[in-house]
Amino acid sequence: MEKSTNQYSRRSFLKVSSLSGGGLMIGFSWLTNLIPNEALAGPEMAENWVELNGFIQITADNQIKIFCPNPEFGTNVMTSLPMMVAEELEVDWSKVIVEQGNYDTPRFKSQFTGGSQAMRMAWNPLRTAGATAREMLKQAAANEWNVSINEVVASKGTITHKASNRLTTYGAVATAASKLPKPAKVDLKKTTEFSLIGTAQKNVVGKQIVSGNSLFTMDYKYPGMLIAMIIHPPAFGLKLKSFDAKDALQMPGIKDVFEFQVYKDGYQRAGFDTRAFNNLVAVVGNSTWEVMNAKKKVNVEWEPIQETKEMVASFRGSKEEIIPAGLESTEAHMKEMHAMQQKQGKVLRKDGDPEAAFAKAKKVLEKTYSAPFLSHNPMEPISCFAHITDQKAFFVAPIQIPEMMKQNIMKNLDLPAEKIEMKLARMGGGFGRRAYGHYIIEAGHISKKVKAPVKLIYTREDDMTNGVYRPTYMVTYKAAIDANNNVTAMHIKGGGIPEGAVHENRFPAGAFENYLAEGWEIPSNITIGAFRAPGSNFIASAEQSFLDELAETIGKDPIEYRIELLKKAKANPVGKFNDYDADRYMGVLELVKEKSNWNKTNNKNARRGVAAYFCHNSYAAHVIDVTMKNGQPVIDSVVSAMDCGFVVNPEGAKNMVEGAVVDGIGNALFGGMRFEKGVPEQKNINQYRIIRHREAPKKIDVYFVKNSIDPTGLGEPPFPPVFAALANALYKATGKRLYNQPFINELTKS
Amino acid sequence: MSKLNLKVNGKKYEVDVDPGTPVLWVLRDHLNLVGTKYGCGVGSCGACTIHLNGRALKSCQLPVSAVGVQEITTIEGLSEQGEHPVQKAWLELDVAQCGYCQTGQIMAAASLLKAKPNPTDEDIDTYMTGNLCRCGTYVRIKSAIKKAAKSTTK
Repeated sequence: MEKSTNQYSRRSFLKVSSLSGGGLMIGFSWLTNLIPNEALAGPEMAENWVELNGFIQITADNQIKIFCPNPEFGTNVMTSLPMMVAEELEVDWSKVIVEQGNYDTPRFKSQFTGGSQAMRMAWNPLRTAGATAREMLKQAAANEWNVSINEVVASKGTITHKASNRLTTYGAVATAASKLPKPAKVDLKKTTEFSLIGTAQKNVVGKQIVSGNSLFTMDYKYPGMLIAMIIHPPAFGLKLKSFDAKDALQMPGIKDVFEFQVYKDGYQRAGFDTRAFNNLVAVVGNSTWEVMNAKKKVNVEWEPIQETKEMVASFRGSKEEIIPAGLESTEAHMKEMHAMQQKQGKVLRKDGDPEAAFAKAKKVLEKTYSAPFLSHNPMEPISCFAHITDQKAFFVAPIQIPEMMKQNIMKNLDLPAEKIEMKLARMGGGFGRRAYGHYIIEAGHISKKVKAPVKLIYTREDDMTNGVYRPTYMVTYKAAIDANNNVTAMHIKGGGIPEGAVHENRFPAGAFENYLAEGWEIPSNITIGAFRAPGSNFIASAEQSFLDELAETIGKDPIEYRIELLKKAKANPVGKFNDYDADRYMGVLELVKEKSNWNKTNNKNARRGVAAYFCHNSYAAHVIDVTMKNGQPVIDSVVSAMDCGFVVNPEGAKNMVEGAVVDGIGNALFGGMRFEKGVPEQKNINQYRIIRHREAPKKIDVYFVKNSIDPTGLGEPPFPPVFAALANALYKATGKRLYNQPFINELTKS
Repeated sequence: MSKLNLKVNGKKYEVDVDPGTPVLWVLRDHLNLVGTKYGCGVGSCGACTIHLNGRALKSCQLPVSAVGVQEITTIEGLSEQGEHPVQKAWLELDVAQCGYCQTGQIMAAASLLKAKPNPTDEDIDTYMTGNLCRCGTYVRIKSAIKKAAKSTTK
C-alpha cells in the first residue's frame, strides 16, 4: 500500500517525467516545462542543446527543438507557430520537439496572445528565424566540405552535397553553425513552395491533454508548496474595512490569514493592469479543501468606496478613468443607457447632411439593441504559482500578455527585472480574461508574506465575481428611406458602461452619402476588460441585425443588399477613413452564399439567417439554420466562410471557427451577468448559463477563401457575426425580431 | 482528520484527510492525480468527472468518506498510454482547444459507451449535458464519440 502525502519530492517529479516521456518527446518536454528547475538539476536530465537562435535548439544527435514564443490558451499557437519555423528550417515535423517558451521577451521579441495577432505578428519573424538557422547550418556544412553554400541542399534535418555524395545532419554541424555570423538577408519561400504550412497538423500536445498530464497552473506542484485563496468584496463599490480571522486560524492546516494591497498607492496603471479590488484578505494553508473551508470562517467587514479619478495608460494614450462611488444595479444601468440615447452624443463621424435626409425621409426605420455584461468563465479558474526568495522570483503563470507584465511585477512586488523568472503554463481558456494579470501580483505578495512557494487558486465564485467583464451596451440604428425604397441616410448612436462600441469608420460607413455616428460612455465601478473580439462582439450583432431588418423593409435579399452596399463603397466610397476592404468583405459573403445554397433555399419558409463582419484583420460570414422545438431553438446547421489570408493549419483553423460559432450562439442566447446593489447575481456555473452539448449546432461547415495574403488570426473574427446570424435566423423561425441579449429571454417571452 | 483506504486506478492508497473532503481534492492534492479538474465545485461543469465502479460521476460532489470499497478510476487509469478508444478518437479528430475540460468529457464519454455502445445523437446530448466546454468543441466531441463507438463495435 502506498502512503500519500501532499508533499512532492524531487524524486516523484522525475518518476512522473520518465513514465510519460518514453518515445514522446513533445509531451516530455512540455511536462518538463512545468517541473521546477530544482527538480531538473540532476545529471540524469542534462541536456546538450546548441542554440541557433531564440527559437531553435539542436542536439549533436540531431534532435530539433522549436520554441513557441506565445502563451497557449487553446488557439493552437503551440502547433501553428512552430510550423512556421519548421517550414523554413527544413526539418521533419513529426520529429520536432515543440516547447513552450518561458517569459523572455528580449529573446522572443513578442509574447502576446490576444487580439488575434499571434499568426500575423509571427509570420515573418518566425519564418525568418527558421530560414536564418537553415542557412547557417548549410554554411557550416559547406565550410567543412570546403564547397560553396550554393552547392549544398538542406532537407529533413540533413544537408547533402550531391557532387561529392556527402551527407551530414543538422546536429553534426550545429555547434559550428552557432558560431557563424547570421546571414544579412534570407529569402523566404513563396506560398506555392510550402510543404508543411497549409497542411493539417494535429495539436502537438493532444496526447498530453487526453492523458490528463499536468499542463495547467492549477496542476502545478512544488516541494513545500502552500495553497492560497483570496477574499474580495462581495459587491462593486465596496472595499475592505476590517477582518477577524480568529476562527479561521483554528481550522486544520491553516498557516496564515492576512490583508494585503495588490497595487501600491500611486502606481501608474497601464491598460492591462485592470483589477477589481485592491485590498484583499489572503487565506493560506496546506491543502485546497482546508483553505476553502477556512475562507468561510473569516469574518470580514466592508465599507463603501469613494469616487476616484486615475490616469490609465493605454494603446491610444493616457485616459482619465473615473471610478464612481455607489452600488450599481442592472435595472438602473438600463434606465441610464436609455436616457443617454435620448441625448446628443459625442459626434464621431459625419458625412453629408444626415439631418436633412432624415427630415425628407418617407419612412424611418429605427431600432435599439442592448446586451448585458458578460463573464469570461474560462474552464480553468484564475490561478498562479509564485515562489519569491531573495535570489529569485519564480512564477508559473497562465497569462496572455507576458510581455506587458514586467513593469507591474517590478513596481508592485519590488523586484528587479533580472530576478523575474516566469514559466508560461498552458491556460484553461482565456477569452481575454487572462490578459489581466493582477493574480500574478497577488500570488507574489502572498509568497513574500508567508516566505514559501504558493499556488493562488480562485474558486469559481471568486473568479466569476471578480470583475473584468465585457461591458454592457446599447445602440440605436436609424435609416432614412425615400419613396423609392432607397436608403438615404444612416445614423448610429450608442455607448456602454463604462465603455462604448460604436466604430464610426466600419461598414456600413462609406456606403451612405449621409451618415452620422455618435457615442457616449457612463462611468462605473464595475471593472471591464477585453472579451473575445472586444468592441466588436456587440456592435456586430446590432449592425448586422439592423441591416437584415433594413433589407427586409426595402424588399431586398439580405446578402444581395450587403453586396450592393459594399459595391457602392468600393466604387465610390464616402469618406476617407473607411476601415475595411470591400472586396474581401464581399468575398466571404459570396462564399457563404455559394456553400449554403442560399439562392436555392432562401424562400419564405427558410429559417435561416446571415451575418458578416470584419474585425481583428480577418473577414467572416455565417449562415445559420434553426428550428424551434418545444419553444427552444435547435441549431440545425451553420455554414461559415472566412478570409484570414493564407491558412497555416487548416484543421486547427476549422476548430477555431467551430468553437467561435458555438461560443457566439451560447453568449447570444444565454450569456449575461446581472447586478443588484453592486453584487454580481451570477456566482457560479449553476447560475450563469453556458451553452451545453444539446444546444450546440448539429453541424458546422467551415470554408476559407483561398488566397496568398499574409495570414491573420481566427480567435476573434468568426465570433461577432454569429450573434446576428442567429438573431436573423430566429426571426425567420419565429416571426420575432430580437433586440436585447440574452435572446432566450425575449424568445421565451410571449 | 481520519485515515481512509481508497482504491484508485487499481492501486490501494491510505489517505489521512477530513472525511468531508471531496474526492476531487483528494485526487489532486493528496494523490497527485491532476488529470481530474476543478471547474465549479458545484457539480455543474463536469471537469471533475471520474468513474466510480465504472460509472461516470462528478468527484467534486462526492465526499471521500462515502467511497468505501468502491473503485475509483481517473483519466490516468482509463488506459495505460492514452490508447482507450475514446482517447484515440479524440486525438484523431483533434478535438481539444484549451483542453481543460477534455479529461472530464472523455471520462463521461467512456462511461456512456459502456452503457450504450451505439449511442444516438440524442443519447450523447443527454448523457454529456453535464460536461461543459467553454471553447465550444461540442461538434467534435460528438463526432469523436461516434468514431470511438464504431471502433469498438465493429
